Amino acid sequence: MKVNEILKPTFWKVVSVIIVTMGLFSTYYRFSRGLGATTNLQDAAPWGLWIGFDFLGVGLAAAGFTIAATVHIFHIHKYEALVKPAVLTAFLGYSVVVCLLVVDLGRPQNFWHPLVMWNVHSVMFEITWCLICYTTVLILEFAPIALEKYNLHAPIRILKIISIPVVIAGVLFSTLHQSSFGSLYLIVPGKLHPLWYSSLLPVHFYISCIASGLSMIIFESYLIARAFTNADGVHNTDLKMNILSGAGFGVLITLIAGLLLKIYDFVNNGKLIYLTILSTETYLFYLEIVLGTVVPIYLLSYRKFREDKKWLYIISVCVISGLILNRFNVSITGLAATSGINYFPSFDEISITMMLVVLAIFAFRIVAKNFPVFESDESGIPVKGNVTINQNK
Amino acid sequence: MLKENGFLFDVTLCVGCGSCYQACKETNNLPQTNQDFLKDHLSDNTFTVVEQYGEVFTRKLCMHCNEPACVSVCLVGALKKSPTGAVVYDADKCIGCRYCLQACPHNIPRYEWGSTNPRVRKCNLCNDRVNSGLLPACVEACPMEATLYGNMEKLIEVAKKRLKDNPEKYYQHIYGLEEAGGGHVLVISPVPFEQLGYVTQLPKEPMPELTMRAMEKIPSVVMVGGAFLSGMYWLTKRKNQVAKEEQTINGK
Repeated sequence: MKVNEILKPTFWKVVSVIIVTMGLFSTYYRFSRGLGATTNLQDAAPWGLWIGFDFLGVGLAAAGFTIAATVHIFHIHKYEALVKPAVLTAFLGYSVVVCLLVVDLGRPQNFWHPLVMWNVHSVMFEITWCLICYTTVLILEFAPIALEKYNLHAPIRILKIISIPVVIAGVLFSTLHQSSFGSLYLIVPGKLHPLWYSSLLPVHFYISCIASGLSMIIFESYLIARAFTNADGVHNTDLKMNILSGAGFGVLITLIAGLLLKIYDFVNNGKLIYLTILSTETYLFYLEIVLGTVVPIYLLSYRKFREDKKWLYIISVCVISGLILNRFNVSITGLAATSGINYFPSFDEISITMMLVVLAIFAFRIVAKNFPVFESDESGIPVKGNVTINQNK
Repeated sequence: MLKENGFLFDVTLCVGCGSCYQACKETNNLPQTNQDFLKDHLSDNTFTVVEQYGEVFTRKLCMHCNEPACVSVCLVGALKKSPTGAVVYDADKCIGCRYCLQACPHNIPRYEWGSTNPRVRKCNLCNDRVNSGLLPACVEACPMEATLYGNMEKLIEVAKKRLKDNPEKYYQHIYGLEEAGGGHVLVISPVPFEQLGYVTQLPKEPMPELTMRAMEKIPSVVMVGGAFLSGMYWLTKRKNQVAKEEQTINGK
């Protein structure tokens, strides 16, 4: 690309530069003045937007392990084309999460302490280690694409040999820390609103991350198809509807599983009564369930909606919104009543978060333009016929 | 054998003089935070408060749980249970994740939000004073002996005896004996404890148990999951191979 072309101002470029500049100022204030001066966090609300955003960032990046397992473990090669974008999204998502965690730490200079100071009884300890290990897995999964570009074949051969154990490890690490984000709240039964508190929280978190991770991949495919065209020199970005509606079917199955588990949880623990008490929490709970679960299940169960471009896009947006609502409800709204504090993030909290998101999108663009992210592996050409499980049936 | 010590606070004896509040401030080198100590609340510069509820006064401070939630959630072990029974904090280890503030069932730990190198702040049962043979500052300062310091077993005995000897004077419950698995601060009072601002809806089991029940499943998840994924990998690969062979045969 020519320098002139990069410097040519477009609407989104201007907006991005403004957001990043504000974010950099906020980051400077955050570290020079401390958490109290720059955030709305306080003793009664010690966790806020940043922790909540970590939850949903990790939740939405779940496609990284789901798609990798579908293709490399279950050998459903139909979804091959989704692996690399999913892994790249997951890696960038996790990078945002790790950056936000460091910003959120009161003593960020001690961020390396969990590596040498261990308390294996802490969920936070387990999450930290899984985050480190899984980010390593994502780097190993993406490395062949980068190495191929520079014709370094020796390390690729080594990576190919260890690729299956790496994918399996990735699925296990993901399973553990995705569910453990729910386990974080097991210790606060008196604080978290009963609509969300449950001994099954880790399972709820795990199931919902799979549904929304797959939705994120659908949603992302639309954005990619719009943002990268053959004219830009990026190929294979056009929408492949048979793949996407297959993923949509996966979303349907997971959402039904999640809803059944929710119903079981409410009936079994006598929590149905809370659904009839009208309060802010109940409204938000209904919004979360209806928007993120009931409506998508209804629409996805019709083939015509599942195979329609526009509807599938709308459904994926619904499921993602449901997850965002759920994670913020657990980490912020659900705790507000008992803490007596109405927490709302400060300007600096919002601007640092937005900056990291913009930087991640920017990084995605750079990588997608310079590396063959959207091209499938030649080695894994699918076997046609009865092998590929047709999930549409 | 470890000699675990703690507090017994008797609401009926407290006259609300604020000596414990002042002594705590002095021994921990904390700045004054409120002209009227009765209107003060726990903060990063106040580790204990005296609160007035109608005719009676009560104290709030760290309950030094037997199995503290804060200790169990601290990923680097900055919070520890000391052999004396106190829950103590090591700022040099702390990374500042604030999970302890979130997890504490009694809402006790406070954070130095105004600092660029913040610490978690709370009562440490005067661990340094106790280790050098002194009484905790608040106990030494109390003119009414409303707060007793001593061996936990003896304190429980004293508390039970007081409840039994004066059943009309006391509400028949020792707060802190069983709440969240119990702790090293016991309170007895003439009125029910929810009237004194204590968290009363706490389970009797220690809070870390709730997490452990999920955490103990991790090894089996890893093993079963690993075996399942490896099995599926082999199985689906084999299935693909068979299909491929069949296709080539059919092709011929």
